[in-house]
Amino acid sequence: MKKIKKIKIKINGKIKTINENSHLSGLLKQLKIPLNKVAIELNEEIIDKKKINKLKLKKNDKIEIVHFIGGG
Amino acid sequence: MVKLKKDNLIIAKKKFNSRLIVGTGKYKSMLECSKAIKLSGAEIVTVAVRRVNISDKSKPLLMDYIDPKKITYLPNTAGCFNSKEALRTLRLAREIGGWKLVKLEVLGDKKNLFPDMIETLKSTEVLAKEGFKVMVYCNDDPLMAKRLENVGADAIMPLAAPIGSGLGIQNKINIQIIRKQTKLPLIIDAGLGQASDATIAMELGCDGVLVNTAIAKAKKPFEMALAFKNAVIAGRQSFNSGRIDKILMGKPSSPSKGII
Repeated sequence: MKKIKKIKIKINGKIKTINENSHLSGLLKQLKIPLNKVAIELNEEIIDKKKINKLKLKKNDKIEIVHFIGGG
Repeated sequence: MVKLKKDNLIIAKKKFNSRLIVGTGKYKSMLECSKAIKLSGAEIVTVAVRRVNISDKSKPLLMDYIDPKKITYLPNTAGCFNSKEALRTLRLAREIGGWKLVKLEVLGDKKNLFPDMIETLKSTEVLAKEGFKVMVYCNDDPLMAKRLENVGADAIMPLAAPIGSGLGIQNKINIQIIRKQTKLPLIIDAGLGQASDATIAMELGCDGVLVNTAIAKAKKPFEMALAFKNAVIAGRQSFNSGRIDKILMGKPSSPSKGII
């Protein structure tokens, strides 16, 4: 059996190890991110949430997931 | 009964009944925050854009307590110290769910939290071109206010005093000059400490006030929320009523004719 290669990515400043060729959508699902309440950046570029199914993650990708919190 | 003319606050063609905008920061809990907002009668609330805590999902979400379908969220750029950070923040805010009405706030120094007006002006121009409706936190400087208007700001929001200082309006003259020169919504943002500060802002002819700390950090936030609601209404009614001229001497209120 072929061993799945692992890669490291950064998500909200934290390093995470995931399987190579993982989809962004899968990762967000695994993290239980409510898509309708967040915005996502991949390597400082905003991602269209409708297109996350097509996005495969690469080594050293930087993901930022933000939402609204209390503020003045 | 006397019927008063409808007097809505209009920002970027959207009508609001309340002229009080409140911040959602610094409350003890989300529940306290949502109750205070209800009491304040505010229809617009400022919110910040921050990272989702991916390791701890048990934390309550703002949207679960304040329904963005009922209350207009005004995403801000608090904590941004240059144009690049502010633009990034607001583009993300828009992406969360189509928010175009935003509050731009580019700070210049960490100590006084004064706005960096050069970065603010640059950002306003870019955002306006990208289709944002930009409400701009700024100095109480009439020249800068004019420049912001010229590059496409949708509301001018001068500070009363430094953010969170509770000092109230420090430069009434400048606020009045800005009022005279612009037809844009003029909203006092930052530095109010008590309800009467809001009344003064409204009596100077401002279209609204934005309050966070003064309510959230009051010993009784719910009562203060209500006090600000009433203060804004009182100030606006007072402004609309056309005050009497100031004179130096006394003038009797009772007729001098027929004195026994």
